[in-house]
Amino acid sequence: MRAFEYERPAHLDDALALLSRHGLEARPLAGGTDLIIRLRDGTIRPRVVVDLKRIAELEGQIRDNDVGITIGARTVMTDIAADARIRRDFPALAEAASVVGAVQIRNRATLAGNVCNASPAADTAPALLVYGAAVVAYGAAGVRRVPIDEFFVRSGVTTLARDELVVVLELPRPPGRQGSVHVRRTRRRGHDLASVTLACAVSSDGITRLAYGSVGPRPILVVDETGLLADPSAPEQAKLRRLEVLLVDASPSPRSMRASPEYRLAMLELLALRAVCTAIERLAGGAAA
Amino acid sequence: MIAGRHRIDLIVNGRARSIETAPHHTLLEVLRDDLGLTGTKECCLVGECGACTVMVDGLSVDACLMLAVEADGATVTTVEGLAADGRLNPLQQAFLDHGAAQCGFCIPGQLVSAGALLAHNPRPTRVEVEEGLAGNLCRCAGYEQIIGAVLAAAASRPDA
Repeated sequence: MRAFEYERPAHLDDALALLSRHGLEARPLAGGTDLIIRLRDGTIRPRVVVDLKRIAELEGQIRDNDVGITIGARTVMTDIAADARIRRDFPALAEAASVVGAVQIRNRATLAGNVCNASPAADTAPALLVYGAAVVAYGAAGVRRVPIDEFFVRSGVTTLARDELVVVLELPRPPGRQGSVHVRRTRRRGHDLASVTLACAVSSDGITRLAYGSVGPRPILVVDETGLLADPSAPEQAKLRRLEVLLVDASPSPRSMRASPEYRLAMLELLALRAVCTAIERLAGGAAA
Repeated sequence: MIAGRHRIDLIVNGRARSIETAPHHTLLEVLRDDLGLTGTKECCLVGECGACTVMVDGLSVDACLMLAVEADGATVTTVEGLAADGRLNPLQQAFLDHGAAQCGFCIPGQLVSAGALLAHNPRPTRVEVEEGLAGNLCRCAGYEQIIGAVLAAAASRPDA
């Protein structure tokens, strides 16, 4: 690994000052499970690494509030997957967090880092999209609340400014009941990056929200307001035709080693159909949120 | 550029250590090269194989994906810290009894992962053992013996 300087600020403003001062030559470090790989292989060569883990204002906690739950920027996947409130009210996020890497990775990797890394294959992204999460960012101009759908741009690129940091992720509690699920396709069992990763939420008012990743430069959210997908008695063929329309923006790379575009598109439709079925079952089963 | 060196204090296998290290050195490098604890293996260096698994503050992590400076103030357990008073711990004994080590390269990581699993879940099911060890590859493919050893070690605990 190439040498770099290491800073471990104790406060958010100190971290922001470092990021402002060093600009493109600084890189923030949270869990490090993506960053350290790229520091080692030389794809990034910062002069300064700013470790965010001792910043007093950045929490590793999951909290309830009036509108939903907040997940602090230092919260790791292990804690998200195990949290009873997330498992009950936002199960697709708990399921997604539980398949990120293996135990060793989940003990270090943060949700905020997963989002900022902006991998098209990020497993937590579809769940955050279907739940309408918001990224709370803090910078020189103060606090900014960015809907997650406006956060992702393309692989490795977000709308977060260089001198901003994610402080919290917010998940609003849905107004009515809903059933939701995360599903994915990998090359093999055990830990692997997703060839297709997808989340679905069906709400009691008939709206279905589907988000999918690893089939294009960024994860995509689509919404079915016709009620067709959410209808337990609608014929499967009709749902597949609706899904074909909804999933039209999928554009998997032909250069990926993990799976061919044809395979990904075929699996995307199949996983979407399965996820809709499971979400409907969970809604009927009386999932709380 | 000459990067500054940092002094870090950590507890490794019960012993307080104070080490001067450069920020770009990983915990894995410090354990092996500065502290001579070569039980922790260097292998894939991308967090996929688990050969470098150690416990940091009771949680299993890949030591190749953690800078040593990040471990400042932490309590670290490596495979060398599992045996007490020269006696193998029950997990190590079970690995021996089940022939779980073939070439042996992955075994330190397997033992640390299994130890972390049992510390959090003393009675894992087979599926939970498989999941708990999913981040530890064995290229000899000795998975059956390894899983058997972990289940046996769990079953033999005195509070069974």
